[in-house]
Amino acid sequence: MEKFQTFTGVVAPLNRANIDTDAIIPKQFLKSIHRTGFGPNLFDEWRYLDHGEPGQDCSNRPLNQDFVLNQNRYKSASILLTRENFGCGSSREHAPWALSDYGFKTIIAESFADIFYNNCFKNGILPITLDEENILSLFKKTESKPGFALMVNLDEQSLIDPSGSTLVFELEKFRKDALLNGLDEIGLTLSHAAVIRVFETNYQKKYPWLFTT
Amino acid sequence: MSGKTLFDKLWKSHLVRENGDGTSLLYIDRQLIHEVTSPQAFDGMRLTNRSLWRTEANVAVPDHNIPTKDRDKGIEDPISKLQVDTLDKNCDSFQIKEFKMSDPNQGIVHVIGPEQGLTLPGMAIVCGDSHTSTHGALGALAFGIGTSEVEHVLATQCLIQQKSKNMLIKVDGKLKQGITAKDLILFIIGKIGTAGGTGYAIEFGGNAIKALSMEGRMTVCNMTIEAGARAGLIAVDQTTLDYVNGKPFSPKGELWEKAREYWKTLQSDEDAAFDKTIEINANDINPMVTWGTSPELVVDVEGEIPFSANRKFQPALDYMGLEMGVPIKDILLDKIFIGSCTNSRIEDLREAAKVVEGKKIADSIKLAMVVPGSGPVKDQAEKEGLDKIFLNAGFEWREPGCSMCLAMNADRLESGERCASTSNRNFEGRQGQGGRTHLVSPAMAAAAAIKGYFVNVTTNWNN
Ligand code: SF4
Repeated sequence: MEKFQTFTGVVAPLNRANIDTDAIIPKQFLKSIHRTGFGPNLFDEWRYLDHGEPGQDCSNRPLNQDFVLNQNRYKSASILLTRENFGCGSSREHAPWALSDYGFKTIIAESFADIFYNNCFKNGILPITLDEENILSLFKKTESKPGFALMVNLDEQSLIDPSGSTLVFELEKFRKDALLNGLDEIGLTLSHAAVIRVFETNYQKKYPWLFTT
Repeated sequence: MSGKTLFDKLWKSHLVRENGDGTSLLYIDRQLIHEVTSPQAFDGMRLTNRSLWRTEANVAVPDHNIPTKDRDKGIEDPISKLQVDTLDKNCDSFQIKEFKMSDPNQGIVHVIGPEQGLTLPGMAIVCGDSHTSTHGALGALAFGIGTSEVEHVLATQCLIQQKSKNMLIKVDGKLKQGITAKDLILFIIGKIGTAGGTGYAIEFGGNAIKALSMEGRMTVCNMTIEAGARAGLIAVDQTTLDYVNGKPFSPKGELWEKAREYWKTLQSDEDAAFDKTIEINANDINPMVTWGTSPELVVDVEGEIPFSANRKFQPALDYMGLEMGVPIKDILLDKIFIGSCTNSRIEDLREAAKVVEGKKIADSIKLAMVVPGSGPVKDQAEKEGLDKIFLNAGFEWREPGCSMCLAMNADRLESGERCASTSNRNFEGRQGQGGRTHLVSPAMAAAAAIKGYFVNVTTNWNN
């Protein structure tokens, strides 16, 4: 995984609570056996007026002009601002794949669903949780100032807006390290292979019925 | 020091090491695999040239893309077919046990695990699927993971996890006649909300939970994820042991005795401390019907769509084509779906069959279908003549799979169609773009098929 670096990006506001993974990437696109190429179908049912199918050329599809990502001022957004319980529903990692493929590097929300939150970190996306007051104030700024952008500094756990005002966010250290260093988690776990083997041997003695099939 | 919760005990028995940064390395006993969330994980294994840590710990089955009729013709949609073929190929090349589409034991991954004895009490079970929480009904630690984690388990038999907090939902009292586990869990989600369990493992306890069958317990744990918790748990008791006994892959003879002794300890200690406890009175619960696009938007069938001053439900109402104040019993339906990993087990089908026996579906119903959760469920139902009851009433009787729960195969709602569904999610587009889903119990779905609108199955509804 690539290391997460400080960047400044346009913020797109998606003012809805409980946005589920079916909305982020509808099920027909889950039929792909690849990890990439989901960006054009991110929020497919909200973004286009017709029904999307995998493998289709999306460039000629009729756009839903009311949908926020279709508005010119948010076209280059790399930060998504939203409400509580973002990413609820299924465990599909296609949801962060689609967000990342589209170009989102950070999602700011009041809260996230557990599995989705976890999946973000495996894909270089930084999910940031802020309280309702700060979220509402960011919505106001985003909507009132075209091109409103934030600087995301993971190392300092800060969001800086163009006026220089800074918001600090909380993040567990292990999650921060994983993004900053672009860790290969499987490699890391395999560095403990010997410990796992010892555990497994003792475990098998204790629970032998778990090793018959 | 206070005692340990069931979750604490399961966590401890699988703890390989603490990483010193708030995370732990957890040993996984069983990984269940299906075609949708695994191809990229197998690709990753090949790219990095890694081999499986413990082949036998993995079991696979295709379910999401599988057609539920004319199965002998194969899968028509080439993209669905490629995904299922990819699973077959991956399982063949990594030598993973797979119940292929043609296998008589094929079915929905969360139905076949317990049914085959492949998920057992005390195990840590994962699957690239959020409804893995189902298996917690057997006193196992079971939760859904993403594809990167699927690969992690394939390669290391472990996962890096942060321990959840403990929540107890204690359901005392007695469910009224005709009220099912589905009504209970919908009631709970309505009460705590879809994010109410975020960050927790939820143990369900109390008399009303103990009184549930294993099928009912699986329904409750299945929808724990709809309350935001990755894992749901129910303590092991005689009901659990009786269920597990004699399953094809459950331990036999001496190993059974040994396992049973251990499994009996899989309960929270009397003095265990929970971070949060919620008490529910089972006597309060009526048949539940969701009316919005999130499972928490649910009311009693005798109720009406609630009024909300700040109009925060407006997008859900617009999507559902409903208005505030509309009585649930006035909602007219187009399609009926009885199936999914929530409600496709034999007991669910029996309950639904009891309701429809000797009756006919309403003329206004365009399609009513029953999709058994697995081959063995289907066989059992046919032995009991349930298929005839459904067919005579005008239902379609299909082959096992996920089907219209998420409509990845050919079974789906057309835009604007309204469905009474026994599945678990009423999200926008879940059952087909523009489709409108009302989540209910099997008996409620069956009665809605007969009437064409919602009725209270616990009353004399067919007069
Ligand atoms: S039945 Fe529905 S919820 Fe269950 S595994 Fe299949 S798609 Fe998922």
